[in-house]
Amino acid sequence: MSVARGSTVRSVTIAVDGHDVTVPEGSTILAACREAGIPTPTLCFLETLTPVNTCRVCVVELEGSRALVPACSRRAEAGMVVSTDSERVRHSRKMVLEFLGSSVDLSLADEEIRQWMHEYRADPARYGSRAETVAQPPKVQDELYIRDYEKCILCYKCVQACGVEAQNTFAIAVAGRGFDARISTEFDVTLPDSACVYCGNCIGVCPTGALVFKTEFDMRREGTWDESRQSVTRTICSYCGVGCNLDLHVQDNRIVKVTSPLDHDVTSGHLCIKGRFGWRHVQAGLDEPEAEEG
Amino acid sequence: MAAAPSSAEREAVDAFLGSLPAPAASGPPPRHLLLPALHALVDAIGWISEGGLNHVCERFGVPPAEAYGVASFYALLPTGPRAPVVIHACDDIACRMAGADRVVAVLEEVLGPAGGTDAVTWLPSPCVGACDRAPAAFIQRTNAENATVDGLAPGLPVERLLADLAGREGTDLAIPLRSGSVRIPQIEDGSTELRLLRRIGRLDPARLDDYQAAGGYEALRRAFDLGPEGVVREVSDSRLLGRGGAAFPAGRKWAAVATAPARPHYLVCNADESEPGTFKDRALMEEDPFALVEAMTIAGYATGCETSYLYVRGEYPTATARLEHAIAECRRQGLLGRDVMGAGFDFDIEIRRGGGAYICGEETALFNSIEGFRGEPRNKPPFPTDRGLFGKPTLVNNVETLINVLDIVLEGGPAFAGVGTEASTGTKLFCVSGSVARPGLYEVVFGVTLGELLELAGGVSGGRPRAILLGGAAGTFVPPDRLDIPLTFEGTRAAGASLGSGVVMVFGEAADMNDIVLRIAAFFRHESCGQCVPCRVGTVRQEEALRRFIGGEDEAGLLDEIGRAMGDASICGLGHTAALAARSAISLGLIGNGDRR
Repeated sequence: MSVARGSTVRSVTIAVDGHDVTVPEGSTILAACREAGIPTPTLCFLETLTPVNTCRVCVVELEGSRALVPACSRRAEAGMVVSTDSERVRHSRKMVLEFLGSSVDLSLADEEIRQWMHEYRADPARYGSRAETVAQPPKVQDELYIRDYEKCILCYKCVQACGVEAQNTFAIAVAGRGFDARISTEFDVTLPDSACVYCGNCIGVCPTGALVFKTEFDMRREGTWDESRQSVTRTICSYCGVGCNLDLHVQDNRIVKVTSPLDHDVTSGHLCIKGRFGWRHVQAGLDEPEAEEG
Repeated sequence: MAAAPSSAEREAVDAFLGSLPAPAASGPPPRHLLLPALHALVDAIGWISEGGLNHVCERFGVPPAEAYGVASFYALLPTGPRAPVVIHACDDIACRMAGADRVVAVLEEVLGPAGGTDAVTWLPSPCVGACDRAPAAFIQRTNAENATVDGLAPGLPVERLLADLAGREGTDLAIPLRSGSVRIPQIEDGSTELRLLRRIGRLDPARLDDYQAAGGYEALRRAFDLGPEGVVREVSDSRLLGRGGAAFPAGRKWAAVATAPARPHYLVCNADESEPGTFKDRALMEEDPFALVEAMTIAGYATGCETSYLYVRGEYPTATARLEHAIAECRRQGLLGRDVMGAGFDFDIEIRRGGGAYICGEETALFNSIEGFRGEPRNKPPFPTDRGLFGKPTLVNNVETLINVLDIVLEGGPAFAGVGTEASTGTKLFCVSGSVARPGLYEVVFGVTLGELLELAGGVSGGRPRAILLGGAAGTFVPPDRLDIPLTFEGTRAAGASLGSGVVMVFGEAADMNDIVLRIAAFFRHESCGQCVPCRVGTVRQEEALRRFIGGEDEAGLLDEIGRAMGDASICGLGHTAALAARSAISLGLIGNGDRR
């Protein structure tokens, strides 16, 4: 992240679960946990974005603090005493996972989330079948994106990626309030009518599959999406001279999705419409014989 | 492609921006004027259309999605067609006990379903801060002038409607727009022991000379003699604790801001009084506006602030109008602006109207709201005294807290600390409502017990109370056998309760506690900003589980689990306190078991 290289950076030592952990000054408690090899669940956190600490699944107990604190954004200060596995921490993490699991469709969420559900014994079913959810039909408004907000946990990442943290397009924002809070364009106009430039960076950061490429969405509907049959090939985008790395996700010799590695110096995982969607011509030559076959 | 504004919408926004003092540099207006511009649009048109929003965005250079996100955060800034006159009928705790359901029924019968688009409509509302006159309503109307005058101009449909409502049996619709609306029984009794309320009812709130004749601006003069450090020392010596609910030592805040190296410093007066059951700050602002202006000036002087913001609850048009008038008067008389009273100190106050969002009473949410963003709380640290409004050191104090400073400066901190108890110095305003003979605003010296306060309020009406809610929706119920609790910060804490904003709401024998507690749960669900998961979903799950609990299901354990997670993992005080009332009601056996208890 933003930690300067070299030996001039001072370090701080904090106690995490009884062990001293030393991290560079300015690091978060989460960084200290990771340094100490302590697994810490995160949902709204992404290395390439400023922490918004809204999901609260990473909360830890900090001695002297009345409430729990978010590990992802709280900076480590010398002498802090942190517990990551106390009853209070486990309880809050379980409840956050249950609250999300009982209100949001997590079926396409990162596999990790299901592991944490198991780890913290989260039981979303105990809120009953009448528990209110954010269920709604997906927004299918163009040939590139699907916005399926019943899978949205409001992690704010897409808003950040659309805004100052990557694209500076500001096509979407959080609207409404409370349980009615949602990601929206102005007055919920369709994406083609909004400021969207179809960079796809919102999709790149979505942890729950609420934002997906239409190719993936359609293949999932048809039952043909199969990640076990996919390979990933890294290449460099040829549209301009910036040098963005592209990861081509290929299934059955067809490109089904394009991403960029989070740790790539040039992109930090972000692309533009050309790199993200300008691959159809590659397919054109391949598709024709197939069409003939069919 | 983008919707165009109507000429009226364009004019409303341009007129507002044109009325401002010329900016130092050319370019779009600063973002912190976004909320006022949206208010101007709603004041003129009644709601925010796509075209209207686009025009605002064009003037400000703010993306429409972002401005929509801001507007849709606030209850008083509708983003769909809305009638030009809206009666916000309070159906919150005190008003429910006073028959708000009948008011709502009549409104529905006369005006049709809530949220219509004809000439007049109605909406159910959280507490409008007029519990002393429950059931109450707040009227929002297009045309700013009408919205902020006392009383109502004759001849409009709403007047006929209200007259009609008033004539119906069982419908006593108080309108907290009229002057002198807060009931202060001690003043009616001619009490001479009042400190914070001593000027109320004795002077014209529109007249600066009245205020000065009553000793106004002596405190500021004294403050100039003391110097900034001297004033901070007096406030520290007074051991004044914040009156907004958190009871933080005021002197510590003042000292921290005064000595903060970063510049500029900002002063923010939190007048977004929205805790259900609270109406104390409204009384102070409506009846003694110059006192608040003077107190803010002292605070700005002591802590090195030249610019301050007075964030007034959107549901308080009378308070807003009177404060606007008071500020204008003070500017005219050299009591605000450049070189205040010739003391070489520049200071001014800008009013900001809230948009109908309880969460904006949380200090960091309030900063975001002033800055033109959604009123979402920030994570702390950093604390406001370090990085607050616009990222600068900020002193944020509640109205009542600031009013106390006048006496602290005049009589000295140690003398002030001699009043009350060791840990709770001075006097305290209490908003007494519900089943008491004389509901209203009371001022008592710290140390008075709950029972003594209720006696002052004429005693409980209708026999022994079932429970008393201390601190508002974010507070706790206490049982009727605890009338011995001293109403001090330490006394309530020892009893497992809190003073909060000074709410004392009494529930008589006939009160439907199940209904009351469900309303509190619905309140938090409605007012959660939605930012963090524990509060956004937790407040919904709490309401659902409470319904089942009241229906006879064994959900006490789940409610406890939900409450603990909200209290531990939420970002701000709203989530931290959203389960307190329900949990105390359960532990006292006030609700549940499937029957009405």
